[in-house]
Amino acid sequence: MLNLSPQEWTAVALSLRIAVVSTIVALPFGIAIAYVLARKQFWGKSILDAVVYLPLVLPPVVTGYLLLIVFGRRAPVGAFLDEHFGIVFSFRWTGAALACGIMAFPLMVRAIRLSIEAIDRRLEEAGMTLGANPFWAFASVTLPLMLPGIIAGMMLAFARALGEFGATITFVSNIPGETQTISAAIYTLTQVPGGDAAALHLVVVSVIISFSALFASEWMARRAAARLHGE
Amino acid sequence: MLTCQAKKTLGTFTIDVAFDSAGGAAALFGPSGSGKTSIINMIAGLLRPDTGRIVLDGDVLFDAAARIDVRPWRRKIGTVFQEDRLFPHLSVKHNLDYGRWMSGLAADAKTFAHAVDLLDIGHLLVRRPGKLSGGERQRVAFGRALLMKPRLLLLDEPLASLDAARKAEILPYLERLRDDSRLPMIYVSHDAGEVARIARHVVRLEDGRVAESGGTEVLPGS
Repeated sequence: MLNLSPQEWTAVALSLRIAVVSTIVALPFGIAIAYVLARKQFWGKSILDAVVYLPLVLPPVVTGYLLLIVFGRRAPVGAFLDEHFGIVFSFRWTGAALACGIMAFPLMVRAIRLSIEAIDRRLEEAGMTLGANPFWAFASVTLPLMLPGIIAGMMLAFARALGEFGATITFVSNIPGETQTISAAIYTLTQVPGGDAAALHLVVVSVIISFSALFASEWMARRAAARLHGE
Repeated sequence: MLTCQAKKTLGTFTIDVAFDSAGGAAALFGPSGSGKTSIINMIAGLLRPDTGRIVLDGDVLFDAAARIDVRPWRRKIGTVFQEDRLFPHLSVKHNLDYGRWMSGLAADAKTFAHAVDLLDIGHLLVRRPGKLSGGERQRVAFGRALLMKPRLLLLDEPLASLDAARKAEILPYLERLRDDSRLPMIYVSHDAGEVARIARHVVRLEDGRVAESGGTEVLPGS
């Protein structure tokens, strides 16, 4: 069943790379934003909240188009990044990772934020009376207690990145070997006569990847919960 | 020697207190809602007074006029809370070591063994707080505060969450802690019987003010 052609393997490997990179790069930002939204009161908080959740409610094609306007090669931010840091997003796999990261961000932030809100702040105060400054209180108390939420958030982000289609194809197109993910490849294959068998291969692969990710995150979440609750 | 003079308005309630504690075991005694916990939090640095001055052994911890407010993690004041507030993700041993780690102190096996022995918690070290009884958890909380080598120990209703039998079980440990460590401590309680057993000096609070202070004779029914 799984005798994939080199081109199909390329799409699978690219999808995995994009999903893993976008999840890992988004994680520190996700933790920071979730923490700020859960714990801090400041002017403009509701605006930040809305901006973070925007990709969840906007049509993905709109998000992709906005990315094109901001991060395209001739666009203000895109040109700046290219000129000063040599970072190019448009029509590159990095752009696909950016699109996936942004689409997945609200899900990640939400999962992590819920886990922060469930933590008793008085534990951090106890840490502070024991000599921990705010950074160490966060690192030694809050962060480990957030772990189940972080795992759930990473899993959701990974799954979202794997399934991303609209924003990616709008922003970085559908270039085999560069931006053609499993989803885009399946779409392409279903558009050509005789592509159904190959499309089915990729469908099976994506089901396998999704199940594996789900089981892995369940396993990690159980281990984390067991650690927290004293097994 | 602790000098605490603090004023703080919380909504419609105002705390306005001034008292000294010359060392040894002192008690803040009063009914719930008399401001005891807020005073403890101000001494620990977790709540900022509106005005006032808090000095411990000549070291100014808070002075509104001089704009001094030492952060809680620099005060070296051990605090035991009403709810034990043990870290659920750490073993008992690591809970006990937490204060030492955070203050960058070297391991001191003798002190550790002594505290564990004093509080009878040696058989609990590898467990997590979630697997302990209420009394055991509170004993670990005493140990955790003691092992950070504090200058002062604050005990905020440490027995209030326990039933009568557990209280009777824990009180002897508290007395041992007081006599063995010789740390100055402030014991907060609404229970005159407990206070009479633990403290020599009593500050009686009413509605956020000091009603009376002196020896255990200021306790009702004595």
